[in-house]
Amino acid sequence: MAAREERKAPWLDATAAPYIRIEDVSKKFGDFVAVNDVSLSIYKGEIFCLLGGSGCGKTTLLRMLAGFETPTEGRIFIDGVDMSGVPPYERPVNMMFQSYALFPHMTVEQNVAFGLKQEGLPRAEIATRVADMLAIVKLQEFAKRKPHQLSGGQRQRVALARSLVKRPKVLLLDEPLGALDKKLREHTQFELVNIQERLGVTFIVVTHDQEEAMTLASRIGVMNQGRIVQVGTPHDIYEFPNTRFVAEFIGNVNMFEGVILEDEPDHVLIESRELGGRIYVGHGVSTAPDAIVWTAVRPEKMVLTREPPDEANNRASGVIKEIAYMGDMSIYLVQLDSGKVVRITQPNVIRHAEDRFTWDERVWISWHESAGVVVTE
Amino acid sequence: MAKQSYVSLGERVILGIDHLLATVLSSSPYRWSSGVLRRFGLRGRTLVIAVPWVWLLCFFLVPFIIVLKISFAETRWLGTPPYSPLFEWIDAQFLQVRFNLGNYFFLARDSLYINAFLSSLKVASVSTIFCLLIGYPMAYAIARADTKWRNVLLLLVILPFWTSFLLRVYAWMGLLGNNGLINQVLMAVGILEEGQPLVMLNTDFAMYVGIVYSYLPFMILPLYSNLEKHDLTLLEAAVDLGCKPFKAFLSITLPLSMSGVIAGSMLVFIPAVGEFVIPRLLGGTDSLMIGRVLWDEYFLNRNWPVASAVAIALLIVLVIPIMVFQRFQMQEAGASARR
Repeated sequence: MAAREERKAPWLDATAAPYIRIEDVSKKFGDFVAVNDVSLSIYKGEIFCLLGGSGCGKTTLLRMLAGFETPTEGRIFIDGVDMSGVPPYERPVNMMFQSYALFPHMTVEQNVAFGLKQEGLPRAEIATRVADMLAIVKLQEFAKRKPHQLSGGQRQRVALARSLVKRPKVLLLDEPLGALDKKLREHTQFELVNIQERLGVTFIVVTHDQEEAMTLASRIGVMNQGRIVQVGTPHDIYEFPNTRFVAEFIGNVNMFEGVILEDEPDHVLIESRELGGRIYVGHGVSTAPDAIVWTAVRPEKMVLTREPPDEANNRASGVIKEIAYMGDMSIYLVQLDSGKVVRITQPNVIRHAEDRFTWDERVWISWHESAGVVVTE
Repeated sequence: MAKQSYVSLGERVILGIDHLLATVLSSSPYRWSSGVLRRFGLRGRTLVIAVPWVWLLCFFLVPFIIVLKISFAETRWLGTPPYSPLFEWIDAQFLQVRFNLGNYFFLARDSLYINAFLSSLKVASVSTIFCLLIGYPMAYAIARADTKWRNVLLLLVILPFWTSFLLRVYAWMGLLGNNGLINQVLMAVGILEEGQPLVMLNTDFAMYVGIVYSYLPFMILPLYSNLEKHDLTLLEAAVDLGCKPFKAFLSITLPLSMSGVIAGSMLVFIPAVGEFVIPRLLGGTDSLMIGRVLWDEYFLNRNWPVASAVAIALLIVLVIPIMVFQRFQMQEAGASARR
């Protein structure tokens, strides 16, 4: 993981040429626009996550990269080659299917060898490459088994091995961890990143699971209704969402609607009826005065106190309505005097906290001026 | 208070079903009737399975035993009942069992029967292959057709069953005859000269047409039900791995549809071996089918013991492929157990 971050980010390097270029691609099914004018540049060695809810067009985009769907408009370039008219069996791309799509009548070994056989490679080379690949995914002793004799996690690794053994330029992964249980997911996520780093293949991952996207991705493209809404590193997307949709889709967030009072280069002052007070945000926003904006504040960036905070802005009082004890932290739902319910998470640092907050207790919520993000749409 | 709201709707539904089940199981009529049945060693499951068992016993096993018994009878009297008994009490002390295998030896000696057997197997095999060649593409097309068309297409396959089988065979006589529709059309168009019809009726060709036509649905239906269940992403995966679409069909779809191919082939092959109506009505006078021999033996020669022996021999010949099929299916079942 560390190695990945040390590397210079190619998307910040103006001279770097994108490895995969998606240019103004649209896909219509009858009247329905599945993918709407998407343009993306993905660089070599990236793990790029397409993140969005069901029906946002992420899978259609992936299938267009694989060649199963033809774009209605626009073009796709992989390593500089225009992919229009190139059938899926001739693309330098392999896909790991959500259902894994392992061939049930073939053994693990035969499944992995299938792609190499299509290339007409000599038998000995196929055997060594299959063996090497099975070693990478740690499935050597399962080579002779059929898919139905494997666990979910093992099947997932067979699917990965089968799609990687052809050494594709790009590996497309459709919900790669979707069928695994939670414990196995976490483990597999890191394994997937390890293998990707070792082989240096560019990954494009489609997922609806923001946690999966956050841990896997070098960059995330958030999709909504066929469009790319925001592209950025997981950190960018989480801390600096550019729209309400992104802020609400990634993680939990409290949104306060308000009107701009002051819009200076270094700060913004917002009057919010939902909060029942004023919001001070320590960064500038360029909008018309009196415009309606939303301030997004993450639950973990809020503070819960019994005494009113010193700062007059960014605070409100309310009553605790719900408490969920999660072990490492607790979630509090606080109903403000304005009627709005705010979600706050507080870490449980002390084991025997004597004066824990309880239900129906009157409290103050507040946050630092750097915690809020103003979004305009 | 807070915790309670976490009980999901799904859990509530399950709780509801559990409650309903508990009510039924503890109700007095249920407990009384199941208690009575259990005293006789019967449980609900046994009863359900018993129905087909009783059916098979009455209408398959008992007639089979009767035929088996007749096949061991001697033919020194007339070939009709009463027969020489299989069991006899001698001096009311000894039970004498007389197995007369003469009828079977007779079958083996007379080349008529062996030839009829062989030609039946040949006709059935050829018919099965043609049914497969015609039926597979049809089943494939139906299984891949748009969902709204599938049922209509399936209905068209089943539709001929709504007419009597005999009527349909007679219809073929009308089509294939010397003055039949096909010859008339060919003459009208000028392909055939007037008065020189193409002789089709009462040939092997007509017989094959009749058998393939009659048994085609039995090939299509099991193939369809197999092909329809296929996971199409497997084909996408194959194509994605560099396999051209037709090769993907050969290496993925075809092997995975093998159980459907075998089921359909069995359903065509087994009745086709014993087929006697179609060869009689459409086939030539010289067409030698075991079904026809069997018929003649029963109703013309009136030699029931020999006829029974033919029937038993036919059964044994057919049981072997069925057993092979069963074994294959068991392996398949093991392979698809994960579903």
